[in-house]
Amino acid sequence: MIYLQLLWVFVKIGLLGFGGGYAMLSLIQHEVVDHYQWIKTSSEFADMVAISQMTPGPISINLATYVGYTQAGIGGALLASFALCLPSIVMVYFILKLIMNKKGDTLMANTLKGLKPAIAGLIFAAGLSMMNLQNFPDFGRGQYNISVFICVLAFVASYFFKANPILLIVISGVIGFIAY
Amino acid sequence: MKKAFELFWSFFKIGAFTLGGGYAMLSMVEKAVVDQKKWIPNDEFWDMIAVVQPLPGVFAVNTALYVGHRVAGTKGAFAAMLGAIIPSIVIILLLATVFHEYRNQPVVERIFKGIRPCVVALILAPSLRMIKSAKVTWKTAIIPVATVLLIWKFPGKTAYVILAAIVGSLIYAVIINRRETARLRDCETPQSPEVPKSRSQNKKEAKS
Repeated sequence: MIYLQLLWVFVKIGLLGFGGGYAMLSLIQHEVVDHYQWIKTSSEFADMVAISQMTPGPISINLATYVGYTQAGIGGALLASFALCLPSIVMVYFILKLIMNKKGDTLMANTLKGLKPAIAGLIFAAGLSMMNLQNFPDFGRGQYNISVFICVLAFVASYFFKANPILLIVISGVIGFIAY
Repeated sequence: MKKAFELFWSFFKIGAFTLGGGYAMLSMVEKAVVDQKKWIPNDEFWDMIAVVQPLPGVFAVNTALYVGHRVAGTKGAFAAMLGAIIPSIVIILLLATVFHEYRNQPVVERIFKGIRPCVVALILAPSLRMIKSAKVTWKTAIIPVATVLLIWKFPGKTAYVILAAIVGSLIYAVIINRRETARLRDCETPQSPEVPKSRSQNKKEAKS
């Protein structure tokens, strides 16, 4: 049963995952944390995202493997990452068979233009739902809010300066180690 | 078969050593496939990337499948895909087992307490950057706002929200495309040669 659910969830994510790794990451969060509640806490999910980000390879494959592993061991891990690739296999096959023409290309590009704001909303919603006491345990307690400080710092560095996310995770880990 | 194995090995190395996901991988794929092995000419490679880019799913996997298929057929596609994802799977499995054991160590907990708010920021930042790059105006701001509200109001129904957005965008794209072809037709000079349409193109037009 869990195998079927993993297959269904990650095929769905592979099929609807327009707009890159973070879009898929938010889809995974909505399915795995909010809907199926395989990952019980928001902080556990944040840890998994951090590990997926810091290890080589596509973040969505890493996260799918990790989620699959926590639910059904190594078999679940392999199944989840395979399920994530399955729509891609079908799609690339069809595109090669049908041969992308100019018209199909512009149609796809225009569709994506309209879809982009919605995907931004999807990712933003995932970020918002992670703003809770599990990820910000010291919020509203004492006068120093280290977690808020880290979040703002990382946001500014990422948004305005396009800082390397792995570097930001390492720095935040060091700050956490010293401060807590 | 030899080519399939070479593809596997090229993508394996790329998968094992690129941090930061799909786009970081791209220049390495170019180096391996275009410069070193000379499997695909440079301009064709970037044409292929342009085709793969808007597709849903894992960008690295789509690229590996497409490049692999172009170089060595179905066998090549699967070889390249497996090469791209096997390092990820192995490394994350090793790490996951270790992390689950040491998760509750106070030192690890302290480090991750610092990392979690950073992850939240790392998710929020690209969504806002995306809004900027999509050139959202006050009028179109309704799209991301509505998406957030729908996802928040209907937890677990995210797939339907995205599906609705895809359908809406597709309708929008069809309208834009029609308008553009109409404009092009108006500009066309009468003596320009008529390009014969293929059957599949006619079918598509009949649908839209």
